[in-house]
Amino acid sequence: MSKAKAKYRALKMPVRYIINTVLVAALFLGLQLVSQTMLSTYQNQVLLLVGINIILAVSLNVATGYLGQLPLGHAGFMAVGAYTCALFTKYCTWPEPLAFAAGLALGAAMACIFGILIGIPALRLSGDYLAILTLGFGEIIRITLNNIDNVLGFSLFYGAKGLKNIPKYSDLLSVFLCVVLTCFFIHTMLKSRHGRAVLAIRDNEIAAESCGIQTTYYKVMAFSFSAAFAGLAGGLYACYIGVLDPANFDFMKSIEILVMVVLGGMGSMLGSILSATVLTILPEALRSVADYRMVLYSVVLILMMIFRPGGLLGSYDFSLSRIISKVLSHGGKEETSHE
Amino acid sequence: MTVFFSQLINGLSLGSIYALIALGYSMVYGIILLLNFAHGDIIMVGAYMSWFVMNQLGLGPVTAVCASILTCTVLGVVIEKIAYTPLRNAPRLSLLITAIGVSFFLEYTAELILGSGAKVIPAYFTNQVFQIGSVNLSLTTILTLVVMVASMIVLTLLVQRTKLGKAMRAVSEDMDAARLMGVNVNSTISFTFAVGSALAGIGSVLYCCSYPQATPTMGSMLGLKAFVAAVLGGIGSIPGAMIGGLAIGVCESLVSAVGLSAWRDAVTFAILIIVLLVKPTGILGRQVQEKV
Repeated sequence: MSKAKAKYRALKMPVRYIINTVLVAALFLGLQLVSQTMLSTYQNQVLLLVGINIILAVSLNVATGYLGQLPLGHAGFMAVGAYTCALFTKYCTWPEPLAFAAGLALGAAMACIFGILIGIPALRLSGDYLAILTLGFGEIIRITLNNIDNVLGFSLFYGAKGLKNIPKYSDLLSVFLCVVLTCFFIHTMLKSRHGRAVLAIRDNEIAAESCGIQTTYYKVMAFSFSAAFAGLAGGLYACYIGVLDPANFDFMKSIEILVMVVLGGMGSMLGSILSATVLTILPEALRSVADYRMVLYSVVLILMMIFRPGGLLGSYDFSLSRIISKVLSHGGKEETSHE
Repeated sequence: MTVFFSQLINGLSLGSIYALIALGYSMVYGIILLLNFAHGDIIMVGAYMSWFVMNQLGLGPVTAVCASILTCTVLGVVIEKIAYTPLRNAPRLSLLITAIGVSFFLEYTAELILGSGAKVIPAYFTNQVFQIGSVNLSLTTILTLVVMVASMIVLTLLVQRTKLGKAMRAVSEDMDAARLMGVNVNSTISFTFAVGSALAGIGSVLYCCSYPQATPTMGSMLGLKAFVAAVLGGIGSIPGAMIGGLAIGVCESLVSAVGLSAWRDAVTFAILIIVLLVKPTGILGRQVQEKV
């Protein structure tokens, strides 16, 4: 084992990064090829939606799986990001890639600010109170978006009529890049000192605090990251769908994202990705039983909690390094047997 | 001034319904620390039951009221047995997610079976309007207030004076110690759910007196507001639930009265946020020390 470990360590960090980058690029090219040659326009649209939902699920997983809280207002952050990005790209005269990138960044930043604003009071509470407080904030954001034009007396958000004519910038490349960026950022954050502090808080808050971890700081940090990526997904969604209506960002949407996270396994990024993919494609594939979808969702949620509370994958996560080390250790064994 | 008073009375009437529902939340929360999201949807089932008995079966309002309350009670206990008992020792997060699951199950099953359109519930009795000065006071309002106060009194007596009430208080204080003292914890918890759900049933009937229609999602917002009321009054406290419910009801009516009815829900949640920040234990709640 030690020998294998030594071999594995011999693979330097830059090498591992290069392997990862190559694989990600290969995945993208593969997807591109498939989407251009085999998929219809409609299926391509579903593919984009899968990417957006992956970002949502992975970002909620930061707050639910890694931080151990239960925010029920994720759709609210998504709405903030979506509206920010939509308004920016709609009225901005910059060239497309620049405007889109700036809009997304702005949406994520705005959602992050909201995350901090909501997180500071909310995270002083725990468990159910936090859940209901974030739910309340989510609803307030939705109601505000619905009514703010009447109050301020101008037409900017268009309330329930819907914000129309948003440029449809989202394509496979931008969604894929955002998914990769989200996963990369959250993964590296979790493997860092900050991430370990967050995990420690989840496992035992009191113990973590007595070890000198600033619990409030790290909780707000994780929470605002989660919000920022939800904002990013919201921005992509705005430029994907072209029309925004506050009703799209209600409590139901938050629950839908939560189901993805719970089903995949709280604390497993791979789980979130897989379940987001399956739960986006499945309803599209099963249009005929769309009526039963939410009933099925809820039954699955209950059964899951009773029989497999950790989710399908638990906290198992995919790790290329582990596979490499396994392959190497296998090779190492063969070598030793030869000797 | 007349508008103010009539809105105040409207608010009290609405607040009484919130208070009754808040009690169910409060009791369940007090005993197993579960925020029972399905509680609001039990009200929805009760409303549909009234509609079913009166409109489909053509029976009288007394039967409908009894059927509603009975259905709610049984449903509450069944939910507890099926969904919450297996998770007695599970983390709180799992329990909460299960509660959300149950809530959605009830809502969408109702939608699947009965459609998403509103069902109009026939009147339970012929409403009369009394004039006091220049303020109109309807029989429904008076009845709502009377039933609420009566329920509070009965419940207080039940919790404070009976053996079962003592068991409930003991289990909510310390479940393991209560079990060691010979209290049947499982049946006590079921009984709590039964009482809470029966109150939800009464609340559902009263709600349908004022707003006579049933929709699959009527319970979710109602339930959330009742929870806000329970938190405002101090969770686990019977008079607290009453004060919280009335306060939320009056607030909502007054917000509508000044022409901001679109913001009604937002104001309720803003109240919740302020309460949680200023005094997380609510008006009458007591501080629980965290033990390590």
